Amino acid sequence: MSTDLSELVIGACARHGNRPAALLQVLLEVQAELRHIPPEAARRVAECLGQPLSRVLGVAGFYAFLSTTPRGHYHVLFSDNITDRMLGNMDLLARLCEKLWVERGRLSSDGLVSVDTTSCTGMCDQGPALLINGLAIPGVTPERLNLIAELILARLPLESWPRELFVIQDHIRRKDMLLNHDLAPGDALRASLARVCEPGSPVEAAANERSWREGIPTGALCATLGTLEEIKRANLRGRGGAGFTTGMKWEACRNAPGPDRYVVCNADEGEPGTFKDRVLLSVHADLVFEGMTVAGYVIGARQGFLYLRGEYRYLLEPLRAVLARRRAAGLLGRGILGQTGFDFEIDIHLGAGAYVCGEESALIESLEGKRGIPRNRPPYPVTHGYLQRPTVVNNVETFCAAALIARHGGDWYRRVGTDRSAGTKLLSVSGDCARPGIYEYPFGTTVRQVLADCGAENTQAVQISGPSGVCIAAGEFDRRIAFEDLPTAGAFTVFDQGRDMFEVARNYSHFFAHESCGFCTPCRVGTTLLRDTLDKIAAGHGTRHDLAEIDRLNRVLRMGSHCGLGHTACNPTLDTLKRFPQAYERRLKAMDFVPAFDLDGALAPARRMTGRDDAAAHLATEARE
Amino acid sequence: MTDTFLLDDQTVPFTPGQTVMQAALAAGHHIPHLCYHPEFHPHGSCKLCTVKVNGRNATGCTVPAQTGLKVENDIEELRTLRQALVQMLFAEGNHFCPSCEISGNCQLQALGYDLGVMSAGFRHFFPRRPVDASHPDILLDFNRCILCELCVRASREVDGKDVFAFSGRGIHKHLIVNAATGRLADTQATAGDKAMHVCPVGAILHKRVGFAVPIGERRYDKTPISAQALAFAPRPAVGEGGEA
Amino acid sequence: MNAPARPRVRLATTSLAGCFGCHMSLLDIDERLFALLDRVEFDRTPLTDIKACGPCDIGLVEGGASNAENVEVLREFRRQCRILIALGACAVNGGLPAQRNHLDLEDCLTQVYLTGPGMQNGRIPDDPELPLVLDKVYPLHEIVRVDYFIPGCPPSADAIWAFLTQLLAGQEPVLGHGLIAYD
Repeated sequence: MSTDLSELVIGACARHGNRPAALLQVLLEVQAELRHIPPEAARRVAECLGQPLSRVLGVAGFYAFLSTTPRGHYHVLFSDNITDRMLGNMDLLARLCEKLWVERGRLSSDGLVSVDTTSCTGMCDQGPALLINGLAIPGVTPERLNLIAELILARLPLESWPRELFVIQDHIRRKDMLLNHDLAPGDALRASLARVCEPGSPVEAAANERSWREGIPTGALCATLGTLEEIKRANLRGRGGAGFTTGMKWEACRNAPGPDRYVVCNADEGEPGTFKDRVLLSVHADLVFEGMTVAGYVIGARQGFLYLRGEYRYLLEPLRAVLARRRAAGLLGRGILGQTGFDFEIDIHLGAGAYVCGEESALIESLEGKRGIPRNRPPYPVTHGYLQRPTVVNNVETFCAAALIARHGGDWYRRVGTDRSAGTKLLSVSGDCARPGIYEYPFGTTVRQVLADCGAENTQAVQISGPSGVCIAAGEFDRRIAFEDLPTAGAFTVFDQGRDMFEVARNYSHFFAHESCGFCTPCRVGTTLLRDTLDKIAAGHGTRHDLAEIDRLNRVLRMGSHCGLGHTACNPTLDTLKRFPQAYERRLKAMDFVPAFDLDGALAPARRMTGRDDAAAHLATEARE
Repeated sequence: MTDTFLLDDQTVPFTPGQTVMQAALAAGHHIPHLCYHPEFHPHGSCKLCTVKVNGRNATGCTVPAQTGLKVENDIEELRTLRQALVQMLFAEGNHFCPSCEISGNCQLQALGYDLGVMSAGFRHFFPRRPVDASHPDILLDFNRCILCELCVRASREVDGKDVFAFSGRGIHKHLIVNAATGRLADTQATAGDKAMHVCPVGAILHKRVGFAVPIGERRYDKTPISAQALAFAPRPAVGEGGEA
Repeated sequence: MNAPARPRVRLATTSLAGCFGCHMSLLDIDERLFALLDRVEFDRTPLTDIKACGPCDIGLVEGGASNAENVEVLREFRRQCRILIALGACAVNGGLPAQRNHLDLEDCLTQVYLTGPGMQNGRIPDDPELPLVLDKVYPLHEIVRVDYFIPGCPPSADAIWAFLTQLLAGQEPVLGHGLIAYD
């Protein structure tokens, strides 16, 4: 084996302490260097980490950004969300392939380039977007595409490419309590440390019965409890979509037995159409880390992880710089703000192209360097999370809100929003509107208001919270963004009257089939069957029979799936079928059954081999019944 | 006083730490399953054992038994679901029972019979999955793998060899073996491994013994799988605490 | 001599990419054939040698679809038969012929007719009389709507008998343990 490769692997493993849990991070580093994981590297990684080769290959085969077969020196992935489609990404892809003499999904013969698509990269407000060797380029116009092709053909190293290609806009359009915050780094922590809880109160007494942590003075214990009380009083609910009460989660984790605890920030923002975490991490990284540190303080964790989706790889260095700055300022590390025993460190873990890792237990598996398969629950992460230790997993936005609450208190926070949905929500607005971007609203805001603010006209439908959410039509625009009406993780995708809602559903069905982890039978097989059924309808082979098939698949997926991915995979199809039936009906044939494939095409190989083209060498489509 | 829960309209006793599946099987009640095996950690991936627990769908093999639970098992809604799941597994792989030497001993087939599955129902995928005949004693026919992970668990938990693992994801998920060549012969696998004796279908076959028991006289030829629940009654689970 | 008391049900059968084993199994109902003939009248089947299928109540189709002619016959059966039944493993999932599905058809034809032993001057048959082969062998339900399936290779005579008698009695046919078989 080559010394270079050996050194590369040994170095990567050593940087991560040769820990098996670092497998994914090591593979990402090898991939970045070699653009794929050659067999020899896989073998070497297995050796260094003391893992079976099959496990290394299993992980390499799970994540879309890893490959065991060679990829181009320049590997281009076009984001393939519906918003990218609407902006013409497929034409651009075809054009790039043509210019570079390469077939989509294939490696060019000289190994220079490979071009393919990938799931939504979180640039919907500035699409169409692509990733080149993992780095994001937004706003790909034909002109920018020409430039990219020229740079590739000139074999110019990425570092020398014009910087403006990689500039990502923040597009913050509306600010409220979060985006307008006035916290300096450390403010929330200082407020937490200074907090006193009422001495002798039942909560304090209950906690004092357990000496849950050593080395913390009684005052600090009071402060942690007091801060937890503020989080609970704020009625903060998780911003990742499910809306679990944050205070309860933190309390359950804090009370769980065992010595080590972990705080995990879920920045695996993979839901097509959402990109608010990207902006929070770009503009308010200190607030995110501050919220994580507050959580660590409250639950008694010494280690936190930011799980950063691979698509946001370009944020890694800036985020590390923020961490370094905070460390230098005494806001991370040992004895934070001079408080003995208040130790907290944050590491950043990169994802590698797997939507399912946004599910918290799959995310934890991935953090442990494994395939991102959602776990069986119970037990829940609050008692058995990272390394089977009590773990809090929260969304980026939740940690930001927690930092605000730690600083200003629960009553201050809950004065905004509705009774059941306190505070504000960041929306990632994209699609058919004049001003796509980030909008922060108090909970309770109507869809109509958002549409007016973002300059949407002739709106036919809005996809709330991405494909796993709900698609609503014009008659429902007075509904409100709130846990009690339209809960959302933030995606707000606008479709005007000119859009074909069937194609929207079809794009989402491809997304789910691509992102299914394959663990459970219904989702593994069902998402593919759904995708194929919609493709069949798109190809003009659809009948009423296929609508019944969709209904049947939905019941199986909803009843039987292991996690939310499968449960919701049929939603976009059912929502659009219900609200826009004409988009389906005009495609259906009158016949009650038509094959899913091109029957005449199935004779093509034999025609080719025999040279026949007579009438008997063809199968006509049957006449309509 | 014994702890009990209700399975359909039968009272089922359990000991704390048992799952609904373990308690049900021990009491002689069959809950259909493929990826569950009494000797390994429950997996919950095949979803055949989906039951309604107090009205909510859950996998019987993972849900802990609790006093007073109302578990629905033998109901039409679940039968329909399970039929569809069996059909999905048939459609996903290449399952040609007439040419499979495990026919009659196959749990997938037996469940199909028991659930009254008359067709694959869905479009067949007809995947290309070459067999691995490299090993002197074992034949791997990936065409029939239903991804239950039992061999993976057995090799890891019992044999300590990690001979098997999964790669790929979604519909491309597939079984791999622990060798750079990708061949079973180049792993530590031996015919005596636990992993070679847990496949519920015909994916892991022992050479030269295929038809020792003639077709028609096999395990599920005589008696339906649902009537053989006691044969699967739980023994202490490997690697688990003393609770179960 | 006397006309039957009730109108007889018209039944057609055919074998596509099958081995006629299912038909043999149908004949294996032995003396029950007479009882069956009381109730049914055969239209197109290999037993009557009627070449075209007329309007029928029940169509039993053995075998999957392997070539263009199979598809035409299957379509004819679907058009003419009120109830279409996929009979046997090959009709249900392609069966043994479908085990060619993981092979490339062009490779198959090349090896069989061009490069195989003794094929120095071989050519791939191209007579228009011969039905062209499909790229894969398809189960019937992937080409037309199928109402019922009787699995088995072949389904046993008892299974066929049980299925048909229930169907003729106007019941939804159910085959219990011992009658459902995939092998």
